Amino acid sequence: MSSSSVEYQKKELPAKVQTVGFGLFIAGLFLVVLGYIVDPTRSAYNNIIGFTFLASIAVGSLFLVGIEYLSGAVWSTPFRRVSEFLSSLIVLLPVLFIPLLLNVNNIFHWTHPAPSDKTLIGKAPYLNVNFFIGRVLVFWLIWLLFYYLFTKNSLMQDQTKDQNLTKKNVKLAAVFMPLFAITISFAAIDWLMSIEPHWFSTIFGVYYFSGTVLAALAAATIIIVLLNERGYFVKGIHTDSYYSLGALLFAFTNFWAYIAFSQFLLIWYANLPEETFWFLQRWEGSWIAASIGLIVVRFVVPYFGLLSQPSKMNPKRLLVMSSWILFAHYYDLYWLVMPNFSKGGVALGWIELGFPLLIAGLIILVFVYNSRKNNLVPIGDPKLKRGIDFRL
Amino acid sequence: MSKKVLYSYTGIFDTPDEVTHAAEKAVEHGYTKYDVNTPYPLHGMNKAMNLPPSKLGYVALAVGLSGALGALLSLWWVSAVDYPINVGGKPFFSFPAYIPVIFEVTVLSASIATVLAMLFFFFKFPNNAHPLHATDYMKKVSSDKYGISIQAEDPKFDESSVKNFLESIRAKEINAVYWDEEETAHNHKILEPKFLTFLFVVAVLISGTTYFTLNKLMNMLPFNWMMEQSKQSAQQKSLVFEDGFGMRQPVNGTIARGFLPYEFKGKPDLAGEKLVNPILVSKESLKLGQAKYDIYCSPCHGYHAEGDSRLRGQFPNPPSLHSEKVRTWGDGRIFAVITEGQNIMPSHSTQLTVDERWAVINYIRALQRALNAKESDLK
Ligand code: HEC
Repeated sequence: MSSSSVEYQKKELPAKVQTVGFGLFIAGLFLVVLGYIVDPTRSAYNNIIGFTFLASIAVGSLFLVGIEYLSGAVWSTPFRRVSEFLSSLIVLLPVLFIPLLLNVNNIFHWTHPAPSDKTLIGKAPYLNVNFFIGRVLVFWLIWLLFYYLFTKNSLMQDQTKDQNLTKKNVKLAAVFMPLFAITISFAAIDWLMSIEPHWFSTIFGVYYFSGTVLAALAAATIIIVLLNERGYFVKGIHTDSYYSLGALLFAFTNFWAYIAFSQFLLIWYANLPEETFWFLQRWEGSWIAASIGLIVVRFVVPYFGLLSQPSKMNPKRLLVMSSWILFAHYYDLYWLVMPNFSKGGVALGWIELGFPLLIAGLIILVFVYNSRKNNLVPIGDPKLKRGIDFRL
Repeated sequence: MSKKVLYSYTGIFDTPDEVTHAAEKAVEHGYTKYDVNTPYPLHGMNKAMNLPPSKLGYVALAVGLSGALGALLSLWWVSAVDYPINVGGKPFFSFPAYIPVIFEVTVLSASIATVLAMLFFFFKFPNNAHPLHATDYMKKVSSDKYGISIQAEDPKFDESSVKNFLESIRAKEINAVYWDEEETAHNHKILEPKFLTFLFVVAVLISGTTYFTLNKLMNMLPFNWMMEQSKQSAQQKSLVFEDGFGMRQPVNGTIARGFLPYEFKGKPDLAGEKLVNPILVSKESLKLGQAKYDIYCSPCHGYHAEGDSRLRGQFPNPPSLHSEKVRTWGDGRIFAVITEGQNIMPSHSTQLTVDERWAVINYIRALQRALNAKESDLK
């Protein structure tokens, strides 16, 4: 069972990948800057979509790393580095948050409530700029701390092969999980729900969580399939591992639908005007199409795409479906945020293109940077051999 | 004792890999009637045994879909057709409210059907005996060992060659399994009196407890707490209101539905001038008018309004409604008679709503036209 029996030859990613990442990043950056010059408010709304999308992948990846340690999973160990690398995006989160902060008055109208607005004045002890920034800082520092500790132990293991490092990370994960649950819920309330500060839904934190895990899983799956098919990981990885990734994507797709429907059903049933208006906004003009499209894009397509057993084992299908799910997460965030900006109809233009390009570039560059510095496989991990031999 | 018949030869392995390998060898050897028994499902076993994909999924699909459809139809029937109740102003057919029910019914019916279908496939239900039951072999392969059993039915079966084969793949504890000849005939144990008695007792017990729970237990403490409510029932004395009445009078000026106030009290001729019949003649209104006329008017005026009712002679004779006078009256004038009564004819305002009165008048007009048709009716 010793890990020395695993043969791993580090292979560098081709230079082309970095070029593509760089190109996307520059193109995105250009559009974002231009967008901020032309229409700062609209850009700020796009910024929050992009920011919450990036946060989903970054923090969701950290969650995947933590859950692997906590549950003692072995099948994902050969790929764990992918999620570790992606979670390093946490370091870069402020880059997308600072422009948001400069436009905080444009997006969050709780920053300047009308004197007659009793609801917002009542919520002011929680929803005020200082406390808002304070919370963001606390979330970020917690995530940064656990990112640092998890990856430090994991990378150190490559050299020392010390089993105690795994034990340490298990303990860390036990502390991280409840903190993650609390921070991600409050982050969802702060960043997304408070855009419409009169509206409230108690399940909203879980809603964002379900999308977060999906996004992190999908991003990891894309990279894993692309690299494994080209032999960047160790030899002998079986399709059963693909199956597990596909099954998780499928499960969380259902979980998202379950949560989204629960949120809708209760509001629809109770029929209270202070809750229903949020859905009615998304039922005006062309938003109807976007709302129905959300059900199709986020649930129906991935559900049937991943339903059968062979489809979860087929690398091509997995690649297509996980890219689709990643797109669906962006779509979902757009659907959550944008009706507050363009009431009565969907707004789509070149301004909406900037952040997706920028983020795609950023993710590629960060991944390339990490993979150059570190092994793509945790060669010191005692679970690695069992992970490669994993059969369902 | 009944005769023993050879059922199969069994062999035991310690690891899942060994048994998978054994299954591959059995396929190579050309055995077709054999089975592998393991404590938990082994992935890859289907492939090793060269089995086609299981058909069980189709059972789940078919029954699940019909469960979904059945749930949808019954919800629609109950809440939109047979017993429509307004819930919070929602449409009677409210699909979002049905989704959870449809979902549950789908899952429940699909899983029950899958389990039952599995029993049919495996045991040929209602046969519920299997020769491997209650053997040492079964005890082992259902805890921590893996086994293969090659059946005597197999065309290639031959005692010594099977034994050799099992030895060659290094199976342990190679044993022969026998079963009673009776069992081979698949005698249905399910029809034994003992089992039927058992079923009967279970049925009595379950229905008895259900009856007790729903009709007795629910009326006992503490389950009846919900019945005691601090609310006012009809006809009860109230301590809250000064006058002591639990039932309250409607607010002054309240008008009950269908009972519009009547403006022409004591002025029937004015009513004849001013009131206009708002009900257009239609099949439905004539039907309603006929029904109401036959109930309320015919005992005195007769079914054909000729004043020839069954009361004739026992009561001051009611007039025919075919008189020149009544035929030339406006609808409003007749309305006044129905509403207020006339001399000894009593008022019918409490029996008939306003709309029903107009419908009766339309019907009287039809009766009149039947006896005194207009020129135009004859064409
Ligand atoms: C209890 C028996 C009785 C019933 C029931 C009754 N009527 Fe009469 N109705 C009479 C009598 C008697 C008169 C004559 C009253 C009078 O002397 O002016 C009369 C008079 C009338 C007249 C006026 C006829 C005229 O020549 O002045 C009309 C019209 C009329 N009834 C319609 C109806 C209608 C419509 C109904 C059913 C809703 C009805 N009646 C039910 C006994 C009855």
